[in-house]
Amino acid sequence: MASVRLENVGKVYPNGHVAARGLDLVVGDGEFMVLVGPSGCGKSTALRMIAGLETPTSGRILIGDADVTSLPPQERDIAMVFQSYALYPHMTVRQNLAFGLRMRGAPPEAIDARLAEAARVLALEEVLDRKPAQLSGGQRQRVALGRAIVREPKVFLFDEPLSNLDAKLRVETRAELARLHRRLGATVVYVTHDQEEAMTLGGRVAVMRDGILQQVAPPMEVYRRPANRFVAGFVGSPGMNFLSGPVPPSLARGALPGGAILGIRPHDIAIVAPGSADLEAWVDVVEPRGSELLVYLRLGDEHTGEEIRVVAPPEPAIQPERRVGLAFDRARLHWFEKESGRRMEDVVP
Amino acid sequence: MNSRSRWPVVVVGLLVGASAFPFYWAIVSSFTPEARLFQAPSLVPTNLVLDHYRALFTERNFWVPIRNSLVVAGATTAFCVTIGALCAYALARLQFRGKSMLLGFILAVSMFPQISVVPPLYLVLRSLHLINTYPGLVLPYLTFAMPLTVWLLVGFFRQLPPELEEAAMVDGASRLRAFREIIVPLALPGLATTAILTFVYSWNEFLFALSFTLGPERQTVPVAIALFRGQYQVPWGQILAAALVATAPVALLVLAFQRRIVQGLTAGAVKG
Repeated sequence: MASVRLENVGKVYPNGHVAARGLDLVVGDGEFMVLVGPSGCGKSTALRMIAGLETPTSGRILIGDADVTSLPPQERDIAMVFQSYALYPHMTVRQNLAFGLRMRGAPPEAIDARLAEAARVLALEEVLDRKPAQLSGGQRQRVALGRAIVREPKVFLFDEPLSNLDAKLRVETRAELARLHRRLGATVVYVTHDQEEAMTLGGRVAVMRDGILQQVAPPMEVYRRPANRFVAGFVGSPGMNFLSGPVPPSLARGALPGGAILGIRPHDIAIVAPGSADLEAWVDVVEPRGSELLVYLRLGDEHTGEEIRVVAPPEPAIQPERRVGLAFDRARLHWFEKESGRRMEDVVP
Repeated sequence: MNSRSRWPVVVVGLLVGASAFPFYWAIVSSFTPEARLFQAPSLVPTNLVLDHYRALFTERNFWVPIRNSLVVAGATTAFCVTIGALCAYALARLQFRGKSMLLGFILAVSMFPQISVVPPLYLVLRSLHLINTYPGLVLPYLTFAMPLTVWLLVGFFRQLPPELEEAAMVDGASRLRAFREIIVPLALPGLATTAILTFVYSWNEFLFALSFTLGPERQTVPVAIALFRGQYQVPWGQILAAALVATAPVALLVLAFQRRIVQGLTAGAVKG
């Protein structure tokens, strides 16, 4: 195992597109780091640069203590699981799993032993002699995992490995991945666009946007103290509410330079009787979600008012087209600068 | 069978008949004695003899042109597919300046009318002392076969997902090893198609073979057949027999690889 260090890494494509800019990131030995962001944010490029499939146009990449910036992938001792799995279609599962060991000249007995172990862990013993085309989606995914595991590499790289699975299998495999990471104690860099996956899997989460790192922190900190408005809106489901209109006097923190935007998560607002509340709103749509309701409301006027989402316990009193009051949890308010979007407490002491 | 489905059968039947009849006629004639060929031609073969075939291999020594053709077409195909595959792979996968221009240039090379390159090639080959040698045919054949090979193979390689080689390289293979162990096996239908097309093309080639050989010891099959005609007579029986013998290897090749060829030519047409 080894750590991974990106030092001021940038990638500009020949056509001028900037895929990554000034990335500084340290993934500790044995850490599970998730790179997350919307599509086109540069997270896959970052991963491919760690893998050696793309060359950075500036900066350095280190695995362990070795500078690997200009090394080809085969000399980096990393393993990667691709979104499309990239199983070799003309080889059996056994040959697929053994390929990496064979390329590195492992003796046949060692290959057999590691293969048997990986097949056991991933429940692939039954299908070792099948070709990838004869496998189910979940089995293919496990073969792709197995191909990485047998190699016992310094670093595991995952590029959206769960996005081709159906919802149920995805949740199951997610848990399996977490278990696997605990067992192997491996250094992992994992790329996903799914914030939920990032939150559940990551030891730390690195949120990216337009090629720039926005925040690197443990999942709960990213959730509780998002570094800027983008991170605040990206992480958490349903997404955070942002109120740019005049803030009710009961919530304001005095005069703020340059104006401010108030952010609050749908879980941190309570629906109460009108009158005693911070704000009044009109109930637009109510979506029952089993254990809770997702309520869409409009502040003030029922047609032109700002939309706000609230997650509330399932109470029969919450019905569309009623006026209700909203009480904001004072400890869970987030203030962001209007211009830069930066979190306010980082700006004003 | 209703009238709507009968028409296609009729049309296809006519087409097959029209293209198969000359071949049938050649077979019948090649077994008919020379004298009867012009006196009493008949659709139904009668009085079949093997005279023409016997003459081909005893009097004409037809083994020599067959051997020459096999050597030249075989070598051309082998060079074309190996060098062409590497070249096509580079063009399909690597990023470098002027790539599309290079592809266009390769295609442009094959656009010259063949006759226009005969004189310069002749001069080049003569100065290299390659006239009337096997390399003296294989090298010129590469000039027209290589662009075809490269263009066909670039298409096949582009259809293969790049993640496969990336996975192989992450797994520890060099690019060349990934090419050999992953790409080549997967591109086999394409490689087989290309090889057969190149072989057939070289096997049938006439103009270069006529221009760059001097005597029967290096002449290929098409040239040998063309030179059968004497000053006073044309031995049609032998010509037809020779034509059938020359067709056999090509027909066998295509039959043997029929499925691969169809796969290769239609690969990627339907996602599957």
